[in-house]
Amino acid sequence: MCPEQIIELMHEYLDEDIDQDKEQILREHLQSCNECALIFNELKKTIAFVKSTSHVQAPADFTANVLSRLPKEKKKVWMQRWVKTHPLLAAASLFFILMMGSVFSTWNQDREFSVSKQKNLVVKNNTVIVPKGETVKGNVIVRNGKLKIEGEIQGDVTVINGEKYLASAGHVTGQIEEVNEVFDWIWYHMKKTAQEVVDIFDHPKTE
Amino acid sequence: MEAIVKKRIKQVIKGDQDAYGEIVEIYKNSVYQLCFRMLGNRHEAEDMAQEAFIRAFVNIKSFNQNLKFSTWLFRIATNLCIDRMRKKKPDYYLDADVAGTEGLNMYSQIPSDTPLPEKELESLELQEAVQKEILKLPEKYRSAIVLKYIEELSLNEISEILDLPLGTVKTRIHRGREALRQQLRYV
Repeated sequence: MCPEQIIELMHEYLDEDIDQDKEQILREHLQSCNECALIFNELKKTIAFVKSTSHVQAPADFTANVLSRLPKEKKKVWMQRWVKTHPLLAAASLFFILMMGSVFSTWNQDREFSVSKQKNLVVKNNTVIVPKGETVKGNVIVRNGKLKIEGEIQGDVTVINGEKYLASAGHVTGQIEEVNEVFDWIWYHMKKTAQEVVDIFDHPKTE
Repeated sequence: MEAIVKKRIKQVIKGDQDAYGEIVEIYKNSVYQLCFRMLGNRHEAEDMAQEAFIRAFVNIKSFNQNLKFSTWLFRIATNLCIDRMRKKKPDYYLDADVAGTEGLNMYSQIPSDTPLPEKELESLELQEAVQKEILKLPEKYRSAIVLKYIEELSLNEISEILDLPLGTVKTRIHRGREALRQQLRYV
């Protein structure tokens, strides 16, 4: 009968935890002892068998199932990640929100009647009249009111959220523009801003 | 890969669940495999593997980031499986047969390089027999054998996962190996 120690050496060998001297003893013994050589081969075969079973894969929806069972994530984190993954979109939507906010607030503030100050303009109950035979110099802007043109306007006319009547004798030398809906109004604002920008760049040249 | 995992863990600690999804993707197969070999049943294995990932997530703040995440995760999974095995009724071995056939279904889905039907069937039968014998091992030998030969971990890692001295791990692997040899020698 072989010493128990040999079996121990086999296990040390299989653990890849054996020093050279002991390995030498084991090798010599295995060459001379068929019984131990058989046991050693059986052990190696067993390990190969066990290793051969090692390729089971998790179900396809495993990760999704785990994530769905996690406690709810904080909103803040979700926002942070969204901003991180879509920086351009985030910037654009923030800009859009602010823009819309300011546009609507100005639109709502602008509900009051107003008119550009010019000589010869007559104001009656939210109606601005350019009397017959009179001449108004410069651009006329009327907000939230009516404009009756019986005389002459030397310039552009803009009516915001109102109406204008051009009498047969009335005359406008510039352009006439009526702005009634909010989108018209936004368009008007954009054009005006663009015009101002152009003016800023134009001025130094003309001066 | 450890570096990626460490980065993801930092994001998870901040509460980012998508980052955790990536961690699950990395380890899902090894954790599932560990549970399947320990429990021998596909459904239970999925249950326990999911539970392990959820517990790891919930307790992520207690994870020591200087250690290997996989070691910690495997420890959680192993403990869950051992608890589950202890709670099982004595008719456990009847389950093992069912598990074998389930294993067979899954193996048949894995594409083989050499699609020879006879050889394939032979290897399936062999794998079934091996799985059965692994499931017959006492729980303390089984966990050591599965971690060593199916997860292919080092003895040091196994001793960390099982929270046992290296010597004890070695003894368990030796005994498990010997028991398997006795059962599989004539296969």
